[in-house]
Amino acid sequence: MADQLWLWAIPALPLAGSLIAGLLYLLGIERRAAPAHGAHDAHGQHSAHGDSAAHAAAHAAGHAAAHAAGHAPSHDDHHDHASTPNKGSAKLAALVACGVMAGALALAIKGFFALRALPEGSERVLESTPWHWIAVTGFQVDISMVLDPLSSALCLVICGVGFLIHVYSTGYMKGDPGYAKFFAYLNLFVFAMLMLVLSSSLLGLFIGWEGVGLCSYLLIGFWYAKGWPAEAAQKAFVMNRIGDASFLVGSFMLVKLFGTLDLSDIVNSIGAMVRSGEHTTELMVAALLLFGGCCGKSAQFPLFTWLPDAMAGPTPVSALIHAATMVTAGIYLVVRLNPLFAASEIVLFVIGVVGALTALIGASTALVQRDIKKVLAYSTVSQLGYMFLALGSGAFAAAIFHLITHAFFKGLLFLGAGSVIHGMHHEQDMHKMGGLRKQMPRTFLTFLCGAGALSGLPLLSGFFSKDEILAHTFASGGAYRVLWAVGLLTAAITAFYTWRMVALTFFGEGRYDKKHVHPQESPAAMTVPLMVLAVLSVVGGALGLPVVFGVAHALNTWLEPVIAPGRDLILARHGGEAHHLSHAVEWALLGLGSAIALFFAHRGFHAYKAGIERDEGLARKRPGMFGFLGEAWGIDNAYTQRIVQPIKLIAFVTYVVIDQFVIDGAVNGTAALARTTGGGLRVLTDGRVRTYGIWIGGGAALVVFFWIWS
Amino acid sequence: MQVPSEHLLILAAVLFAIGVLGFLVRRNVIVVLMCVELMLNAANLTFLAASRQHSIPGEPNLVGPVFAIFVIAIAAAEAAVGLALVIALFRLRQTTESDAMQEMEG
Amino acid sequence: MDHLTWLTFLPLIGAALVLLTPSSAAQAQRMIALATTLAVAVLGVMIYRDFDSSILGAQQVVSIPWFEIRGGPAIRYTLGIDGISLLMVALTSLLMPIVILSTWGHIDKRVKEFMVWMLVMETGMLGVFLSLDLVLFYFFWEISLIPLYFMVGIWGGERRIYATIKFFLYTLAGSLVMLVAVIAMLYQFNSADIPTLTELAAALPADKQGWLFAGFALAFAIKVPVMPFHTWLADAHTEAPTSGSVVLAGVLLKMGTYGLLRFCIAMFPAAAVQWAPLFMVLGAAGIVYGAFLAMAQNDLKRLVACSSVSHLGYVILGMFALTSAGLQGGVLQMVSHGMSTGMLFLLVGMIYERRHTRALDEFGGIAHSMPLFAIFLVIAVLSSAALPGLNGFVGEYLILKGAFDANQTLAIVGVLGVIFGSVYLLVATRRVLFGPLNKRENRELLDLNAREIATLAPIVLFIVWIGVAPTPFLNKSQGAVDVIVRRCDEARALKLATVTADPADAAANLTTPTRR
Repeated sequence: MADQLWLWAIPALPLAGSLIAGLLYLLGIERRAAPAHGAHDAHGQHSAHGDSAAHAAAHAAGHAAAHAAGHAPSHDDHHDHASTPNKGSAKLAALVACGVMAGALALAIKGFFALRALPEGSERVLESTPWHWIAVTGFQVDISMVLDPLSSALCLVICGVGFLIHVYSTGYMKGDPGYAKFFAYLNLFVFAMLMLVLSSSLLGLFIGWEGVGLCSYLLIGFWYAKGWPAEAAQKAFVMNRIGDASFLVGSFMLVKLFGTLDLSDIVNSIGAMVRSGEHTTELMVAALLLFGGCCGKSAQFPLFTWLPDAMAGPTPVSALIHAATMVTAGIYLVVRLNPLFAASEIVLFVIGVVGALTALIGASTALVQRDIKKVLAYSTVSQLGYMFLALGSGAFAAAIFHLITHAFFKGLLFLGAGSVIHGMHHEQDMHKMGGLRKQMPRTFLTFLCGAGALSGLPLLSGFFSKDEILAHTFASGGAYRVLWAVGLLTAAITAFYTWRMVALTFFGEGRYDKKHVHPQESPAAMTVPLMVLAVLSVVGGALGLPVVFGVAHALNTWLEPVIAPGRDLILARHGGEAHHLSHAVEWALLGLGSAIALFFAHRGFHAYKAGIERDEGLARKRPGMFGFLGEAWGIDNAYTQRIVQPIKLIAFVTYVVIDQFVIDGAVNGTAALARTTGGGLRVLTDGRVRTYGIWIGGGAALVVFFWIWS
Repeated sequence: MQVPSEHLLILAAVLFAIGVLGFLVRRNVIVVLMCVELMLNAANLTFLAASRQHSIPGEPNLVGPVFAIFVIAIAAAEAAVGLALVIALFRLRQTTESDAMQEMEG
Repeated sequence: MDHLTWLTFLPLIGAALVLLTPSSAAQAQRMIALATTLAVAVLGVMIYRDFDSSILGAQQVVSIPWFEIRGGPAIRYTLGIDGISLLMVALTSLLMPIVILSTWGHIDKRVKEFMVWMLVMETGMLGVFLSLDLVLFYFFWEISLIPLYFMVGIWGGERRIYATIKFFLYTLAGSLVMLVAVIAMLYQFNSADIPTLTELAAALPADKQGWLFAGFALAFAIKVPVMPFHTWLADAHTEAPTSGSVVLAGVLLKMGTYGLLRFCIAMFPAAAVQWAPLFMVLGAAGIVYGAFLAMAQNDLKRLVACSSVSHLGYVILGMFALTSAGLQGGVLQMVSHGMSTGMLFLLVGMIYERRHTRALDEFGGIAHSMPLFAIFLVIAVLSSAALPGLNGFVGEYLILKGAFDANQTLAIVGVLGVIFGSVYLLVATRRVLFGPLNKRENRELLDLNAREIATLAPIVLFIVWIGVAPTPFLNKSQGAVDVIVRRCDEARALKLATVTADPADAAANLTTPTRR
């Protein structure tokens, strides 16, 4: 159904909210502008208007000193809460931001029901009027907003979780000088994310793709004055850009193959192309290149190292962007173009291997982290790896299922961690926490729900989604059995580190400085979203109950029209037979998953219930392994040494040796040559009349001589 | 009896050579100017000799004498300018050495 | 008089008015210059509005006899506008008022002369884009060179004399080679009319086109500058006053790319097809090379100058892909680069006026003392880094897409520039804006005033406008570009035919025009 103009309102609302909040921020800041005319500089001002400038300078110095104190490196996140109450404009900005999110959520729900009202099957698509973005002869990009089962599901997640996190942020960011700015960025992010999932064109998707990258950059570097958040932001942007470059090349290949970037056109024509057997290599290369983009955005090996650093941003940002939504963009892209990826066995296997490897790296690194947000960050890397493992085994719906449950429980865990950090006066080191269940009961209980879901405890949401992925991997057979084993190992590690985190944070003795730190429960603005997410984390599994339960898999049915093309391609390759596990095997896998989760959760919890001795012992006895795991297998350091440093060197050599010495040397050398030649010739003109006379006479004699001689 | 033209040309060549030599060897600007005059007069002698050589009896060739008169006139002007320069130089440097002027060295 | 003549010579009238004021009346001189450039901008907008995209060739043509060379062609004063020159004229006329407005901050000695030179330069630049007569083109080409010589030489930084002479001799050397080619054209075809010459020269066989192509290409390649000829640019930019840099980056360099398109590619398509691989290699190399240069800089202005080398590499890469997307992308990227790099230079100038340094390690944390400046800088950087939704992306995407169709390897090298571009831009941004505010001088910095906001706001408007709705801009140049693409396709087909078919048969196809 075309021409649904209102679909544009879904992304437009957050965009408008962002602009309003941004304007409110600009109105709210104290700005000292330079005088309107003439050349001005700080010193000139001193002499010109002595008093006022000196006063201003003193004010600035004082302000900066306060600022610096507020950002002592030992502190976690942000400004003193009590120091500066928010201005009216900032409160208004927050209100606007939450309001537009509520509006977008309402529209997303409306869209969901509008889709459900349509007959089942491929006609379940709503499309807005197109926007003719780029048009040159032979190449056109028209973008419209498309609501189909997949984008509708993601819209609900983005707007729903996004709305909750906006509400949470009103509490968490209270007192921050950049309060209004924060909401402006957050709204802008939601806009970009919605563009990403709703665009009909790959290039429209790319607007969102880079847009979320930009917002991630801005929000990671939100507390830029501390220095390292700005560096983390830069790292995130550049690593994403590496993926984006791959994405761009992939898009060029797609244009060359299909003559369009319209996603549904591409999806519809792949089947015929695969059957014709032409362009197989090109399709494979294009798929791998696009997957390269996914590796950057969704933090997969080898481009995952930016995500842990991204924790320098405020915690709601980590929850929204670096757990629930942006990092899942890669999964969305693969599912959206699933026949492209499904067309080649090699591509699927590469995706599966990368996913499994990333899952293992992330989980094993999370084992030894002390920073609660780092544990969650590596856990996110690991869970994203699971999603790619699912994609690699052709289980597109399972990947989306895990994406949704992960958005619930990981968003919850991040927000819970934020609540702990908030209550602990910006302490993130779990070794300096402990016993917080008494002081922060609501946070504790909701955190338990999230931890249970993450570790895959039976009947919680994460259990079902993770089990579905592992079952699919197992069913794919062959080399996928190895990946399945890796997945199972990762599940064990996941359960262990999750409950280690719970034990260290909420159980045992308080290891913090009790004189100065008085943990307290967070305000309702923060705990209510926690409770909502906790409920979702517990019951979210209902979206996709296993076949053996005898209930329809709701998500599978819903996503059927989107994932059918890719699944059909895989089925065709296997001669039309799906891998089916017998009920007995299914039950066995479910039982195995439950047993592993329960066992390792128990081990993790008991090892750390008493305190941190185990960590210290490990660091003492096995320092090599401890360091190896702590630094994510040393991959980041390797990048610094093998890539960043050489590039810096190359840049330096390019500038000094090639540019200044060789090229500019040639240019200046030409000039020098002319100068030297002139210098050599000037001895002929020494200024003496007689010398000139000799030249004249000699010249005349020569002329006469040649004249006579010839 | 008539002096043969060859003799006149030889005399002119000798005078010219003396002039060139003086021009190149002497540093005193006045002497240099005199040498230039010597060269000019050598040229005049050549003009006159050639003119006589080309004359038919009763119909003298006047091109040579006319040129000679031109040269004398221009030599006078040149001498005036030259001597003025010498005076200017002397005022400036208290010398008439030509090597004292090297400011226009390349 | 017609619009185009008014447009071209209005700045000169303004210059005359400025000359009439007493030297001390600096404010009056600035206001006259500003009013003049604003009037030119209004006229430019009118011409833009009246432009008919459906006409492929030049329109609004005015042609008056100028002089005659004995035994050669009649030289005419001919102005006209097509889609490509339209965008260039619009860029020039809109950028100049901004440039004049920016001089309030940094030109306070010899204001009168500066304004005169600025206005003379505007006439020269507009003339270059509008000329339809080869001799007139060359005349304006040289006219536009001289003012910058004085601007850098008088109002420049410490090493201004070195930079001035280098820039002047370098570009002059190129221009003289072009002069030889111009004269050869005049006598070969006995015409100076550019559309006529384009028809005649395009019909020449490839080997005859080669020399003329080379003569023009060298001059334009130096002006752009294409990679090995770029070293004058960094020095000129570093030493030039802010407004000089903005004009240089914003418009003057575009004269080079415009020339490559209008002369080298359109007039000599066969030679262009033959030499395109070389230029694509140079363009791709320039992208990466410029990015590496920029990474190694500590001087913020030099960094922006090096980024210009990189961005113009994109233009070259796209144009010599000789595809519709590549050429259109190249044309749009010329405009985009004028906006984003011009804005970066303005911002660098603003901070230099306050701190009298441009060394990156002198800054840090300035986003706190200058929040508005920070916002503008981030916008300019993102535009320069080609964020989708801002102007830079559209051009770059089209260029790379066009280049990919022509040569995949080079396109991939160009895509690497996307990564490196974000590296140097973001590193510079972080070092200037972010981090702790630990230098006293930086704490005392004052934020942008109303005049400075007024210089930046229009650019931001266009950055977003072109980014969100590029199609109306692309449509303007589409017709002119299509003609060029068609010529190149024909030349390519002919080249293939000569390689594959009977040589005698192919030679018969080539009609060698002689003197008319």
